[in-house]
Amino acid sequence: MASVIPRLTDAQLKTLSAGYVSEQAAKKRITLIGLAVLAVLCIVAGRVAEVDIAKFLANLPKFTDYFGRLFYLDTGKHVFTDVTEWFWGLGKWTSRLWDTLLIAYLGTLFGAIGGFFLCFAASVNLATGKPQLFFARRFLEFCRTVPEIVFALIFVVAFGLGPVPGVLAIMIHTVGALGKLFAEVVENIDMKPVEGAIASGATRWQVIRYAVVPQVLSNFASYALLRFEINVRGASVMGFVGAGGIGADLIEAIRKFYYSDVSAILLLVIGTVIIIDMVTERIRNQLISTEHSK
Amino acid sequence: MKTSRMFPDQSAVKARHAVLIAGSQRDRLTTIGVLAGIVGMAVLAIFQLEFSLARLGSGIVQLGTFLGLMVPPSPGTQLYALLKALAETVAIAFLGTLLAAILAFPLGFLAARNTMANTIVRFTTRRFSDSIRGIDTLIWALIWINVVGLGPFAGVLAIMTSDIGSFSKLYSEAIEAVDRKPGEGVISTGGSKLHAIRFGIVPQVMPVLISQTLYYFESNTRSATIIGIVGAGGIGLYLAETIRTYEWDNVAFIILMILGTVALIDLASSRLRMAIVGKRSTEV
Repeated sequence: MASVIPRLTDAQLKTLSAGYVSEQAAKKRITLIGLAVLAVLCIVAGRVAEVDIAKFLANLPKFTDYFGRLFYLDTGKHVFTDVTEWFWGLGKWTSRLWDTLLIAYLGTLFGAIGGFFLCFAASVNLATGKPQLFFARRFLEFCRTVPEIVFALIFVVAFGLGPVPGVLAIMIHTVGALGKLFAEVVENIDMKPVEGAIASGATRWQVIRYAVVPQVLSNFASYALLRFEINVRGASVMGFVGAGGIGADLIEAIRKFYYSDVSAILLLVIGTVIIIDMVTERIRNQLISTEHSK
Repeated sequence: MKTSRMFPDQSAVKARHAVLIAGSQRDRLTTIGVLAGIVGMAVLAIFQLEFSLARLGSGIVQLGTFLGLMVPPSPGTQLYALLKALAETVAIAFLGTLLAAILAFPLGFLAARNTMANTIVRFTTRRFSDSIRGIDTLIWALIWINVVGLGPFAGVLAIMTSDIGSFSKLYSEAIEAVDRKPGEGVISTGGSKLHAIRFGIVPQVMPVLISQTLYYFESNTRSATIIGIVGAGGIGLYLAETIRTYEWDNVAFIILMILGTVALIDLASSRLRMAIVGKRSTEV
């Protein structure tokens, strides 16, 4: 039986396979050049960052040793043998953790409010003009590029030690981060309700209230919740610079080598973060499903 | 009468749409309930955290003074040291991101449903990366300082550790989102499971992984600027020092340097991402 599969002639095959080989070679060449550049960058960066592999390897046992030691009490007993001794400061730590959560909450709330009022100026379709768009975007960029802990350092000097500078620092960072995300949501809305509202004589904020907010609210809420998760992590280190929350106890325990305290506090922080993640994820899924059912 | 034709009798409309109106009332009650919860929580927090108008007011006045002292920004006498610290910061971010990407690559496959059938392995990998992510970079920096001593190397390791958690999560999500057909094709021609991963999945996910890694490089530059605050190298040390000694013109200069560097890296990484993924990202 004659073959039903059409075959190319040898001459055709030759040019095609030569093309394939040269294409593959070109691809390989680009990959190799990329890897070479990466290697050079690595060596330069390694020099600058004082990477010392020998020292690292020599000290690596210390790392595992450190983690091992986190689980032994001062008395030399394993922490699980005496959990009450391990979590001796549970009352104090949970109250500090509660403070941390409240710092994250207030920072997220105020930041979301600020982001809400700025996002319309930073979105192409609702900004009143080029200058407004430009300044709103640069402002939001500034807010989110300066790390929150830097704001916290400055605010601690201005407002004094305690949770207040922590809240303000998280708030400013959140304004920047959420303002940008909110603006992106606003840029994707359906403009017909906006035109309708303008046609019936609505003012700018009436347009936003009746034509924009109903379209974006669930997305805004979902992003704000996601930010809350991130801010809980951020708030847990605010205490490092004196801006309130559990961070103060943690840095003290690490610096003074109170090993079992470090592990106890870290476990509390991780547990809290995971619980918050789970709760907010559930709420966000619900928000998304109500959005889709509309 | 003209108005009555334009606005039909309200009670008649209400009667006709009774169900709709009752529904919207229920929505309204929920809204009020949620709002009351949010506000109540905020009031509680404000009291618990001891916010006071007097304190806020005096703080804002102080901030105003600082802002005044920040102009004009000046490097002081240590421009060279600052530039060196900035280079160190970028190097920390670069190495930390790269090492994390290399180490998280296999973890991503271990945590993805379509490449790891074993639930226990998958579950353990995911909880492992969750726990790592639950700890902030600054905390990792403190821990690594105890191991390798003060200096930028501890910073590299800190960035690496905290990114392993994020990367393995992102990577596993990307791997779970691939098209299964290329992998099935490889299997059908007699390839092993590893072959399916190498030739069916890796080519699909590589651009996504690289672009996510580049995106993190930019955000890690930001993290690397602060780990110096706890002594893990980079510009953060100078920043914390100048803030504590009230040298506000230097503070402003350092912050401007950081902003400039982050903007440059953002530009470079988005160019690279465009070249690799082949389409414009939505970054503005």
